[in-house]
Amino acid sequence: MLRRLSRTEIAALGLVLLLAWLVVYPIVIVVLDAANATAWGAFFTRSSEWAALWASVWISLASVVLAGAIGIPLAFLFEWFDFPGRKTLGALVALPVVLPPLVGVIAFLFLYGESGFIARAVQVVLGLEQAPWRLQGPTAILLVHAYSMYVYFYLFTRAGLARLDVSMLEAAQALGADRRATFWRVIVPLLRPSLVGAAILTFMTALGSFSAPYIFGGGFRVMTTQIVATKLNGDLPLAMVETVALAVVAVVGLLILRRTEGEDILVALGKGIAPRPRPIRRPGVRMLATAAGWGLAVVLLLPHLTLLLVSLVPYGAWTTEILPPVLNLENYRRLFSEAERLRPMINSLWMAAASTAVAVAIGLVGGWLVVRKRVALRHAIEGLLALPWALPGTVFAIALAITFSVNAPLQLRFVLVGTAVILPLAYLVRALPLTGRGILASYRQLDPALEEAAASLGAGRWRTLTRVTIPQLRPGLAAGASLAFVAGLGDIVASIVLYTYETRPVSIEILSSLRLSETGVAAAFGVVLMLVSALVLGIGARR
Amino acid sequence: MTAFLQIEGAEKRWGNDVTIGPITLDIARGEILALLGPSGSGKTTMLRLLAGFETADSGRIRVAHEDVTTVPPARRRFGMVFQHYALFPHLDVGANVAFGLQGAGSREQVASKVAAALSLVDLGGYERRKVHELSGGQQQRVALARALAPEPRVLLLDEPLSNLDPALRERTRRELRQVIKRVGITTVFVTHEQEEAFDLGDRIAVINAGRLEQTGAPEELYEQPANLFVATFVGRANVFRGAAARTLCGGTGDRIIVVRPERLRFAPTGLAGIVRERRYTGAAAFFTVESETGERFEVLAEPDAASVGEQVHVQAVRAISC
Repeated sequence: MLRRLSRTEIAALGLVLLLAWLVVYPIVIVVLDAANATAWGAFFTRSSEWAALWASVWISLASVVLAGAIGIPLAFLFEWFDFPGRKTLGALVALPVVLPPLVGVIAFLFLYGESGFIARAVQVVLGLEQAPWRLQGPTAILLVHAYSMYVYFYLFTRAGLARLDVSMLEAAQALGADRRATFWRVIVPLLRPSLVGAAILTFMTALGSFSAPYIFGGGFRVMTTQIVATKLNGDLPLAMVETVALAVVAVVGLLILRRTEGEDILVALGKGIAPRPRPIRRPGVRMLATAAGWGLAVVLLLPHLTLLLVSLVPYGAWTTEILPPVLNLENYRRLFSEAERLRPMINSLWMAAASTAVAVAIGLVGGWLVVRKRVALRHAIEGLLALPWALPGTVFAIALAITFSVNAPLQLRFVLVGTAVILPLAYLVRALPLTGRGILASYRQLDPALEEAAASLGAGRWRTLTRVTIPQLRPGLAAGASLAFVAGLGDIVASIVLYTYETRPVSIEILSSLRLSETGVAAAFGVVLMLVSALVLGIGARR
Repeated sequence: MTAFLQIEGAEKRWGNDVTIGPITLDIARGEILALLGPSGSGKTTMLRLLAGFETADSGRIRVAHEDVTTVPPARRRFGMVFQHYALFPHLDVGANVAFGLQGAGSREQVASKVAAALSLVDLGGYERRKVHELSGGQQQRVALARALAPEPRVLLLDEPLSNLDPALRERTRRELRQVIKRVGITTVFVTHEQEEAFDLGDRIAVINAGRLEQTGAPEELYEQPANLFVATFVGRANVFRGAAARTLCGGTGDRIIVVRPERLRFAPTGLAGIVRERRYTGAAAFFTVESETGERFEVLAEPDAASVGEQVHVQAVRAISC
């Protein structure tokens, strides 16, 4: 006997279907198409395919190792020791976050590239004929990855250390464990979830990384650049096979890493108080720590400063000098006065804003259904919201490109490629895990009695939502939304596959400026992206 | 008394204005000493000095004539039970108890020591349990077993029962004392509750504002408090001055006397007052009486001894420092 579905159940079903259409269906289409494709033979026999796949794997693993080697010691330094400038520096260390991937890459190009500042300086000092090095291949990619991804390890480890209960460490000492034993037998196991979390995030980001291999790869291909190149060559069947291969690597990698995470241990059995930072007292060591800290800050800030400097150099004014001879605001003037240049700026802003707004709305509905209503489909909703995070952006870009270039309304496929809808849709898919995670986490901490209190005081649903629920969800919501907005604003992975001239976003405009050797304009775009990202992330992180 | 654990003028300074100590205290082998004081009195600092988590700025701490003042906690061989137990969440019960037994023999020997420690606290067979699956009382016992397993010289307990349900406390207190006495270990524990100190401790050291106010057996503290602070902090006490004190105790001059509520009784003559409040506790009732000079004090008596608003006279059966 069928009973009638309640309104909540209908809403849950509708949300599941919408999400499935958005995040699962395109993947299914690619997998099915790839299964029928004739390109498998080509994929398996060409050594270049295997090389790219292997390159993706080892670059990602090496990125995890490098990022951990930088981020973990830094986290201990800033969480456990006190020295002049600790607070300021501790915040500065997270700065690479405000550089969208492509912007970070071009900053590195201007700084460490063969015609960048450092190379020029070395060339002049040593009196060399040619640039002393070329920033290319795996080394260059790993350098960029280490710079931009150690922040994950730094932030995760610091958060883990801040949750450590000082009495845990004292208990170990009272039981006869010396410092080394306390570290290996207590601190490391307790930090493991944080460390594995950072490793997973770094691995997935490195695996999906596109800008660094695209700009610095040269002949060295990883899977993401390989897929885009194949697609641009028009070999769609092969591109689909490659996409499936990358997706499989991502899922397998994720599963293996997840196994090392261990059980979700309850770190806070009691009311833990984290150890207080220990002041470094010996003057010599103290000076050394301070100097090293500020030195590090300069190294971290150099890409940002370089970008700013290059953006002030007008076209053609800088040739062989170490420092640019002319500095003015010409590039910015062109950026804001030429309609053709302003266009990508506006495109990126509205597309990122629209995708974020929809992602927030879906997150709110999802949070309400999963946490408050505890609908039967809650696991499906949660899983679908998180799914896009498990696959590299290139996989979704190709999947959307294939699914939505066919007009078959009965199969729920429409021609969206080439319209203004497809890029916001692609950004939306990438935004869902970010907003979903933030909103769900906040919703779980929200005391249902607050909403009930509002209702008992006569507030209707809308008033309860806007005056009580959303303000209470604000921290998670703002954090998720700001991350989603910044990701959309700086996106290149999906954009390079799906853009048209009319809808081109900033990242594409930066690439074409670079191609025309208009480095100043590219840098000016980069600075604007950086500032907007920093502003939005700053607002999102405010408590 | 031969002292096993000696604290000699131990002092700890925090900044310029907060000083704990100097405190001098001898603890006999096998004795259970309570450090009793209000929060912020410095009793926890004293315990941490004993454990070695803090180092005294001056003074010495000795165990069996060995100076351990600067010995780090890892080599001090003092067992400690933390207020929130500090059980390692990534280890099961057995591994928690075995933590301090590293290098204490073969695998089998360690396993049998763990089993012995757990059966001591009545948790035999709990080795494979997860720490967070246990109740608060069980966690407390695991923490005790873990501290005792390496056979420490001294056992330290930081507010051992504060994390438990009031209903559980009395029973746990008894069991805790039984275990400690069976092991025969010299024990120092910190508490801010007089009842806990009386019930669990052989001797009590009252600490206030960083100073040792009095040390003694429970009866001694209750019947012969050394000063007004001890009198009012250990048990309930009424403080009388001036005329009221003279009325109750006789004599002349300005004096201060302290009388416990149960040592006051209603009588045909004595200090006059009006009953303002009656709090019924079942076996008896507390009567708040206001004297003609406006002093308020408490009388513990039979529940029907007086009623609110009644004019009464009160006499002291026995006053402290009369």
